[in-house]
Amino acid sequence: MGLLSQSVSITRYRVQGQLEEPVLDTIARALKCHAILDIDNDAAEKSCGWTSFENPFAPEFEGSNHLFGSYMVFSLRVDKKSIPTKILKKHFSVEETKRLAASGRQFFSRNEKKLVKEEVLHRLSLRIPATPHIYDLIWNYEGGKLWFFSNLKAANEELETLFAESFKLSLIRMFPYTAAEMDSDLSDSERDRLNQISPVTITGQT
Amino acid sequence: MLDVAIAYNRYRFLGNEFLTWVWYTLENRSAQLVEIDADLSALEIGNRMVLENRRSEGLETITIKGDDAGLEEGLLALKKGALVTEMNLIYRSGDNTWQFNIKGESLNVSSFKTPETAGTQTKEDIEGAVLEKIFLYEKVILFIEGAFGHFVRLRISDDWDKNIITQMKQWINKAS
Repeated sequence: MGLLSQSVSITRYRVQGQLEEPVLDTIARALKCHAILDIDNDAAEKSCGWTSFENPFAPEFEGSNHLFGSYMVFSLRVDKKSIPTKILKKHFSVEETKRLAASGRQFFSRNEKKLVKEEVLHRLSLRIPATPHIYDLIWNYEGGKLWFFSNLKAANEELETLFAESFKLSLIRMFPYTAAEMDSDLSDSERDRLNQISPVTITGQT
Repeated sequence: MLDVAIAYNRYRFLGNEFLTWVWYTLENRSAQLVEIDADLSALEIGNRMVLENRRSEGLETITIKGDDAGLEEGLLALKKGALVTEMNLIYRSGDNTWQFNIKGESLNVSSFKTPETAGTQTKEDIEGAVLEKIFLYEKVILFIEGAFGHFVRLRISDDWDKNIITQMKQWINKAS
């Protein structure tokens, strides 16, 4: 879901740690190093990497084209190939029949079947294009804040992993506990109280 | 700081209590919300609210949907011990309106609509459009952060146990 869409979902993060100066160059280098790799003519089933916000199908991180005002704006792209089960079943059956006829045997062992299936899967993966999923993000480096435009669990997990690998910084998701700890300016004694609270009953019964 | 996965589950109640408190506050003490965010003209419940009651045996979920839906069922659910787990809110500032869903357990925002912005005709328009959107998103995000921070300080204060809980119970009884 793009940040310019009519309706968006946002997951908030805090970014902890400092990048090597000059920061913009460090970010550009990390983005280039972990840019999405195209797998359309490859047997890989999945690829995950950074891409440009403005041109997600031709990522380019030269200069400051990912800088908007004082914000870094770029996208996470996850390309996935999903081979429908029925197509896999059909191709496996055709291949198995062909090989049985060629070998003159009646059936294959479980391991042989597994190998045939893997070969069929490999061949199909080369032919089937990957479906791209693009999730924008806005990173306010100075403020240590990042907004990720998806609430999907899998997409957030991909982001957290790739971000840590790329920038060597901690990305902390803001949910009630972390928001209370980090966003509420609590004193040490208030923090102690926070760690001790438990649910209360707010029913109409007094 | 606690382990993240443990903290998420252990403190999900805090987000649900927060949303329940938001409902109570906007019905009874809306001036308090303006103290948190001076730009706020009004905060209203939108077209969706989900409540969960985990206190009775098993989990009971009550969903209220629709633009003109009454919230009586929600108040009744509160009376039985439920908390708000998700709500759609309408944030107004001047002539502008924002609308969004917020989930208690994660504080995630979804179906987030900002006031309309000018479209992008050229490549040069994009930077302006992005910055305008950031400004509009930030308005509500800062409100959520401010309101949640205010709630947390209230929640761990003596005032919560001594007064707020009683006042919330009185509101539930009176309204349902």
